[in-house]
Amino acid sequence: MAETSFDVVILGGGPGGYVAAIRAAQLGLKAAVVEREHLGGICLNWGCIPTKALLKVSEVRHTLERLDKFGLSCGEVKFDIAKIVKRSRKVAGQLSKGVEFLLKKNNVPVFVGEGRLAGKGKLAVSKDGKEVATLSAQHVIIATGARARALPGLEPDGKLIWTYKEAMVPSAMPKSLLVVGSGAIGMEFASFYSDMGSKVTVVEVMSRVLPVEDAEISALAEKQFKNQGMEIFTGASVQSLEKQGKNAVRATIMTADGKSQQCDFGRAILAVGIVGNVESIGLEGSAVEVDRGHIKTDAWMQTGEPGVYAIGDVTGPPWLAHKASHEGVLCVERIAGVDGLHPMDVSNIPGCTYCRPQVASVGLTEAAAEKKGHEVRVGRFPFVGNGKAIAMGEAEGMVKTVFDAKTGELLGAHMIGAEVTELIQGYTIAKTMECTEADLMHTIFPHPTLSEMMHESVLDAYDQAIHI
Amino acid sequence: MSINVLMPALSPTMTEGNIATWMKNEGDKICSGDLLCEIETDKATMEIEAVDDGTLGKIVTPDGMENVPVNAVICVIFEEGEDASVLDNLEIPEVASVVSVAVPVAAVAAAPLPFAAPAPAPAAKTAAPAANPGGRIFVSPLARRMAAQESLDLSTIAGSGPKGRIVKADIEAVLAGDGAAVTAPAPALAEIPLAAIDPYQDIQTSKMRKVIAQRLQESKQTVPHFYLTIDCEIDALFKVRKELNERSDDYKLSVNDFVVRASALSLRKVPECNASWIDGGIRQYSGVDISVAVAIDDGLVTPILRNADHKGLSTLSDEMKELAGRARAKPMGLMPEEYQGGTFSISNLGMFGIKEFAAIINPPQSMILAVGAGEQRPVVKDGALAVATMMSCTLSVDHRVVDGAAGARFLNAFKGLIEDPMTMLL
Repeated sequence: MAETSFDVVILGGGPGGYVAAIRAAQLGLKAAVVEREHLGGICLNWGCIPTKALLKVSEVRHTLERLDKFGLSCGEVKFDIAKIVKRSRKVAGQLSKGVEFLLKKNNVPVFVGEGRLAGKGKLAVSKDGKEVATLSAQHVIIATGARARALPGLEPDGKLIWTYKEAMVPSAMPKSLLVVGSGAIGMEFASFYSDMGSKVTVVEVMSRVLPVEDAEISALAEKQFKNQGMEIFTGASVQSLEKQGKNAVRATIMTADGKSQQCDFGRAILAVGIVGNVESIGLEGSAVEVDRGHIKTDAWMQTGEPGVYAIGDVTGPPWLAHKASHEGVLCVERIAGVDGLHPMDVSNIPGCTYCRPQVASVGLTEAAAEKKGHEVRVGRFPFVGNGKAIAMGEAEGMVKTVFDAKTGELLGAHMIGAEVTELIQGYTIAKTMECTEADLMHTIFPHPTLSEMMHESVLDAYDQAIHI
Repeated sequence: MSINVLMPALSPTMTEGNIATWMKNEGDKICSGDLLCEIETDKATMEIEAVDDGTLGKIVTPDGMENVPVNAVICVIFEEGEDASVLDNLEIPEVASVVSVAVPVAAVAAAPLPFAAPAPAPAAKTAAPAANPGGRIFVSPLARRMAAQESLDLSTIAGSGPKGRIVKADIEAVLAGDGAAVTAPAPALAEIPLAAIDPYQDIQTSKMRKVIAQRLQESKQTVPHFYLTIDCEIDALFKVRKELNERSDDYKLSVNDFVVRASALSLRKVPECNASWIDGGIRQYSGVDISVAVAIDDGLVTPILRNADHKGLSTLSDEMKELAGRARAKPMGLMPEEYQGGTFSISNLGMFGIKEFAAIINPPQSMILAVGAGEQRPVVKDGALAVATMMSCTLSVDHRVVDGAAGARFLNAFKGLIEDPMTMLL
């Protein structure tokens, strides 16, 4: 008979849940995970990871298209979409197996099924409608994640109107594609399909693409997307999507000037945000509070119900895997009474978008910093001033830094261009360690690297940039 | 007119400092903002900037000079056109050079206190800054700069970052006035030379220990305590307890369960005792929620028996066992609302054979009852010596809320119930 009594039971085996479980085990707590579908969650199975596998393909294809620039040539470049998708699925599968192994190694049992709160300290697990286990736990962590938001009149059908899930496993490349929403998910798919040859149109309701990023970064991104051949409507909305036979969708788009126009697309992708998976997990009878589809918690992930916590996408923004993991660790350490913990500082959570050009940022945008009352010093450095960028043939992009003029605190860093998603961690460490401009200036950056731009941007904020 | 540069007070409690090094030599041109020298206090080293332009005319207190009083002249800056002749007309108070003395323990013991204590007189005048073993202050660059900008002495700030590192949030807390603020070194220890103390170990304390330290110090320093002691004869209580416990195996009442019930009923009878001092006024509670101190590893918690006056002995007993069990579990299984709040506290050390003691009030409550051991004592009954089982209880009272007479009424009500336990059933 399997053990059913635990210190901590985690509902959901995504990047929040499985990381929390492993940390709990390390701290000597008896932990278990309840997972209904696949370990690793959306991130690993239908999000971060498989999209990176796809985007690697489109990046290579883009490189092949400009071989001549490098003095190379090859025959006609063809692709097999089935193989591309298969590789992406294999990557996800391999990592999901890896999570299974890690949990096993840490003696964390996984109960396969749907979990629901069933009274104080109790969790019922059912599979195919039948109850398979009742677990008792002093602490329950809800890490059920989220799913794509559907807007009225814009419901996905899985065939012509996709969510991220169908967009990840296409059977053929659509000739034209409508992407509704220009956040990270929308723009990554826009880049993939555009670089693979589809004619991509992006509709964004806000006044600029990648609306959470710094306005300058958004503007640079939009310019490059347009140069790549994407059509971009900002301040616009999709009024309706109608299926036209078996292979077309007719979209009615209300543009920024209030005019409405109709266009036909091969496929449409809805990427208009997410809603938390808060249904049928037994919240009804509890004191757990749900606000607009997400669970409300305090700074320590505690919900309104004693002994019940929530982490990751099922809670508030930002909706990022690494935020979920960090919350999971913090939540479990708090439960275990680890000393010296601090609540998470949202301004130290980096965000990465793997479209082409890549975008990465941490902390406050220039506008947000000013709005918070900071007098700011802003540094900028363009890729065109960096030797490595030019040698790589990636001369477009920028590194922007925002400092508090009085204290020299690094308030935010915003980057666009090749490989910036791998660079942002440098600023994240600096921010977390509370470096000032002086420490960043005194840091020796290796030459020749893209990271030198990070140095130069800081120098520029204090009018000391060398290569500009 | 030449300018005298004085030893600055880098913190409100600083009385003297040491010159670490001069960055400028006599005769050097000085511009406003130039670093003149480094000054050391107990733990921090601060750079002193020039605020005027000129020439460094004379260094009064050379490198390494110790115990320079605040406001003593440390150097003289000549303005344009001035030369050494102006020194003739200057009166520069002599600063006695002080011979190094044994390193006082003060700096080591100067663990930051959680709130500003009335600043004690500065420790021994001869106290030299300590080259103490754990002397390096761990502080983030940003926090260091903010402290310098706000003239805060880092040695007086408790760090909440990894391994006690001082971070931005700590500086902000001090600036907001609610942090581990400016404190003075512990004065009493200051004059004990380090050599007189055996090797010691600084213990990393838990968060709970810090909370206990802070709350109880605050209580003892800010709440005007007075104490009332009463002896209760508990032979009758023992008898009733034995009879009740023999009737059923469903419960096992302890003397403490009776104490809780008697306290709750007494608070109901004397409601003015069920109150707190809140922002200059008295808040009287309608519910009787009794906090009971439970010792756990490295501290104690006070789980609360809510509405204890509405609960019978067996209910109180069961609840207490359940709460105490979870309090002692690892990790501690109580939710904050299960040990925060409460209108009255009981601390019972009877099981350790303590005859009587006085407890510290658990703010914002206004009373705590310290319960001693039940023991046989000689007593005088009707003019003759007799033996009775007695239990001494001492009530600590916040005089702002409850006066002596009201406290006495409470204790008499309590004694009446304890000595005639049948009345507790009413």
